[in-house]
Order: sequence, then C-alpha cells, then structure tokens
Amino acid sequence: MSVLADKNTRLLVQGITGGEGSFHTRQMMEYGTRVVAGVTPGKGGQTFDNKVPIFNTVEEAVRETGANASVIFVPPPFAADAIMEAADAGVSLIVTITEGIPTRDMITVKAFLDKKETRMIGPNCPGIISPGQCKIGIMPGFIHREGRVGVISRSGTLTYEAVKQLSDLGIGQSTCIGIGGDPVIGTTFTDALKLFNEDPDTDAVVLIGEIGGTAEQEAASYIKSEFKKAVVAFIAGQTAPPGRRMGHAGAIISGGEGTAAEKMAALKDAGAHVCESPAVIGRTMQKALGLA
Amino acid sequence: MKIHEYQAKEILKKYGVAVPEGKIARTPEEAEAIARELGTSVVVVKAQIHAGGRGKAGGVKLAKSPEEARDIAANMLGSKLVTHQTGPEGKEVRQVLVEQGLDIAKEYYLGIVLDRSRSQLVIMASTEGGVEIEKVAAETPEKIIKEWIDPLTGLRPAQARKIAFALGLSGATFKNAVKFLQALYEAYVQTDASLAEINPLVETTDGHVLALDAKINFDDNALFRHPDYAELRDLNEEEPLEVEASKYNLNYIKLDGNVGCMVNGAGLAMATMDIIKLAGGEPANFLDVGGGASAETVENGFRIILSDPNVKAVLINIFGGIVRCDRVARGVIEAAKNVDIHVPLVVRLEGTNAEEAARLLDESGLELQVANSLEDAAQKVVASLA
Repeated sequence: MSVLADKNTRLLVQGITGGEGSFHTRQMMEYGTRVVAGVTPGKGGQTFDNKVPIFNTVEEAVRETGANASVIFVPPPFAADAIMEAADAGVSLIVTITEGIPTRDMITVKAFLDKKETRMIGPNCPGIISPGQCKIGIMPGFIHREGRVGVISRSGTLTYEAVKQLSDLGIGQSTCIGIGGDPVIGTTFTDALKLFNEDPDTDAVVLIGEIGGTAEQEAASYIKSEFKKAVVAFIAGQTAPPGRRMGHAGAIISGGEGTAAEKMAALKDAGAHVCESPAVIGRTMQKALGLA
Repeated sequence: MKIHEYQAKEILKKYGVAVPEGKIARTPEEAEAIARELGTSVVVVKAQIHAGGRGKAGGVKLAKSPEEARDIAANMLGSKLVTHQTGPEGKEVRQVLVEQGLDIAKEYYLGIVLDRSRSQLVIMASTEGGVEIEKVAAETPEKIIKEWIDPLTGLRPAQARKIAFALGLSGATFKNAVKFLQALYEAYVQTDASLAEINPLVETTDGHVLALDAKINFDDNALFRHPDYAELRDLNEEEPLEVEASKYNLNYIKLDGNVGCMVNGAGLAMATMDIIKLAGGEPANFLDVGGGASAETVENGFRIILSDPNVKAVLINIFGGIVRCDRVARGVIEAAKNVDIHVPLVVRLEGTNAEEAARLLDESGLELQVANSLEDAAQKVVASLA
C-alpha cells in the first residue's frame, strides 16, 4: 500500500551524529523505520545509540548493511557532495531534508543524478512516509493513518495540516511525498503522480502546490492526458505579492510567471478538484471519493 | 539578494565583461568631478535604486557638460523616483552613477536565468533591446533566442557563437559579443547569481559590445560562500520592519492588510494569508517563525507585527508536529507578558498536545480567543476587526 518506501526499506542516515540527524533518527526508529546504518565521515566504527553502526563512507555502509535508501541531514555547504556520494554508492532512493543548498550545487547534482539509477526527493522537504510502514523524514508520524490516498506537496507544515484533515475524516494515506520548496528538486509533481498512477493501492491524490515556477502546470497537463485517479489540489500564495520570495527559495512570482491563479486554472482545466481554501482539502477529498 | 547597477557593473568588470567607464557619486560636486574626469562630450547620470523602469521615470539623463551633470545630480539626489516597480511612494535616490556616453549603433537584450523545468541555466538573447523580456515573450516569442547550458560543460564556445550569429552580428562586433557572453556566464556561475540581465546590451558604432545596464541578483542560499556580499547590501532599499525581522532570523514580509499573522512553515504561512483573505480580511504580513516557535521567537514576532500601525488583529497559527503545542502555548503566554498586545488575538494550535495547549491558553487570563480549526481561526480574527 505505498510507493517509494515500505517495510522492506533499509535506511541509512547521512549526518546521523548531527543535532537534527540524531533527533530525527530516533523519531524514525520509534515509528518503525528500519534504520540500518549511519554515515559521518571520521566517526566510522562508532555505534549510534548502541543500535546503528556508523560508517565513514556511504559505499562502506551499503556494502556492510545492504542499505537501499538514504536520508540526508548534512548541512548546506556539504549536502550536494553527500547526495552524489549516495548516488555513486548505488543507493536507489535519496531523501534530502537539508534546507539552504545553493542552486548552483543543485544544478550539478541534478545533472549527475541524470546519469544514475537513483531517485531523489527534496531538498528542503519534510521527506516521505508510508503510514504504518516506514517514515523517512521529519514529519510527525502520529497524524497519519494507513490508507489509499497519496499526498504530494512542496510544503512542510501545510502538508501536515492537509494530512490531519484527511486522517480526521478517516481517510488514510498510501504515501505522502514532500517534494520540497526549492527551485531545483529531484522528484517533481509529475514524477510523483506517475508513481501513484501505477500504484494499485492508491485511489486518489492530494496535490499541494504554491507560487513560483510552472511545475503545477506541467503536472496539470500530465493529469489531463494520462492520470487515471481523482486529484484534489490546493495552491498556497493566492495573496502573495509578485517579486517577493515567500520563505521557500522557490516560492516567488517572477516575470509575471508562477501565480496561484494560473496554477489553479490549469489544474481545474485538467479536471482536478481545486480548493480555494486550505481548510477544505479533507472534505473535498471526501467528496471526490464519494464518501460524503 | 539584490544589488545596485553600479555594484553589478563593478563585479562584472572583474570577470572581463565590458561595461562603460563610470563612477558612483553621492553629491552633485562628485558627479561634476567624475564627468570632468571621464572627459567624454556626453555623460549619463543614472539614479541608483533597486527598481526597474528608471529611464521612463526620469532617473536616467544625458549631460553635455560637467556642470550639467552636477545640476542633474543635484535634482536627482534626495528626490523620490517613482517607477512601475517602486509603488506610488517611490524610492529615495541616494547615489547616482555617472558614466561615459557611448555612440550606440544597436541595442539588444541578454539575460541568464534558471530554467526551473529543466534544472539548467538558460541564456536568453533578443534583438529587442531595452524592452522588458516578459513583453517580448508575450508578444513576439520567436524573437527570443534561448540556449540551455549543461552544467558539466558550461557555456560551450559554439553556443556563444550560435547566439551571436542569431543576433545578426559579424566581424569585430561578433567576436566582442562572443567574448562578452563567455565572461558573463563565468561571472554568473562564480558569483552564485540567481539572475543576470543586461538590458540593453549595446553595440557601439566602432564595434564594441558593452553592458549599458546591468541587473544582478544573488542566490540567498549561497551567501555563505560570499561573505564579502554583506557590504553590498543597501538597507535603505529594504522595508525597515523586514530589516528588523531579519536581525531575529524571522522570515517576515510586510503586506498592505490589517490582519497580522504568525505561522510556522512557509507554505502554511501563505495558506493562512489566503484564508484570511477568503474570510473577508486582508493579510498584513507573511511571517514564518520556523519549526521551533519558542517564547523568544513568538515575542520577537509580536514586536515586528505590532510595529505595523495598520495591524488591527493578530492570528497565530501553529501546527505542532515535532514541536509540542503546549510549549508553544507557554511561549505565547510568556511573550504576551513582555509585549503590549493592544489588538485582538486569535490563537490556533494544532498537532501534538493541542488540547493541553488550549487549556493553558484558556487559563492564562490573557485576552485571546482560541480557535479549533483553520477556518474557525480565520473567521474569528476577521470578526474581531468589526
């Protein structure tokens, strides 16, 4: 009942000994995620919380533990290198939580990953969770419940808001994917929609976009032509002024492009149920599923 | 991060990008001295503000003598320039760039920007110099030449030649344009720019190619690599409350409405602004207090929001995931003791320990309304305006 991550995911944590890394590693393990290795260069041979072996390199960690996914908490100046190290070691899924990676670095990373078999989620994202199975990231696990709705979002706490609305109405989630708020990201809305389109255990998808760029419009054209399931969408930033960066590095209306209005229109045209208010995401999905 | 034209040109020059000779003046006398030093029959006096549309607004003027340059500078300095990007209140001109006049044969547009869909830089060029690229893109998109750059090769010489040929250049001008393109790309990458716009790029009658205007923005995420950029920041160009907020590491953007809001997370902060508007109010700001939402951040947030005299009510919307709502509630109560909250306050705390948090707020004796959903919060805060 999920995409990307499930009970069989063997996770390694890059930056496991840092403040964020260690805190969230504990949270992920508490949720039931199989954390099999940590990587902190220079701390190889040590053990995290007497449970998780730490390695100097990702290659070693993969060889010794069979890790097939990595979550990155490495600080911005070193994050791009950490991503490429993981891809080089053959890790098939990389989830980059780090916020503040320079765009120049991400352009290089993206070109590097194009030549690899690795999928990356993020950066600047809360991560992904397949409720009841595996949590790779920093989201609060308890608001989720197992179910058949996929969630794709550029945001963090706004995703939690939407997920809680769903869970409160008894609508569980197959997988929630935080794709991140940066201008250059690994997995786009369209990439994530393709995964849910093929997933027999996902019936519908919530798409939470925001101002900036044209990723939602590209998703809309994919929804219109190929996506077989119901989509409920919300776009944050209907009241955002042009030319200002609204917190996320990628949330900016520039040159008149990337407004909420044009994204909402494209999604409506593609047949998505577009919510004007962030308060009705759950109820709109309830109706779309014929539950209300 | 935005910088002034004269700063952009100084940086570009270091990378071998051809720019007109010129210097910055802060007084009419300095402008006169620079004009005399330049020695050209005509000089250009350009107001330095962080906004486009200066030419049309009277912020760019020709002077035929050093004395005239002085008089123009005297008029510009201290005056408020109103362009389509400054808003009706305009921006005060505090410095002017005095440059050599050029014999211009033709004007072009040249820009480098990130193409988010392709995750690559794209160079855009057009024969429609001096016109906003958005206007060209909307009306005559076929006139925009685009060349995407593979980061693993950088701008290849063949690509630079392709652009220069497509602009119809030949001879010495062609060679100078190719050199210009390569230098501009190098400057963009090395400085971690997020935008470089040369509009217009000019060809002179003697075959030179120069940046008549230059706009460069830097990637905020890369500032740690460029500590020297701190001195390029011009606080006069920023909203004072935003400067104040940045001291507390608060992500605050001032808007024109009357409902202040304090939210954790950028997406939820935008969504909160949207729902305030849907409920019939107008958001006064964007404010993301980040994940922690400690007593200190909440207190600083209150101070910033309440410094805006337009604010008639405040909404706090926190989704406590990892951070516990009861801790946020204690933070709000603590902050409220230190700040005079003279407007109605609505608090909505959701997530971990939300019920405990609501109880703490109820029992705090503070004059506030607790909301139990996003919708309820928006309605309550807008109702409190009446």
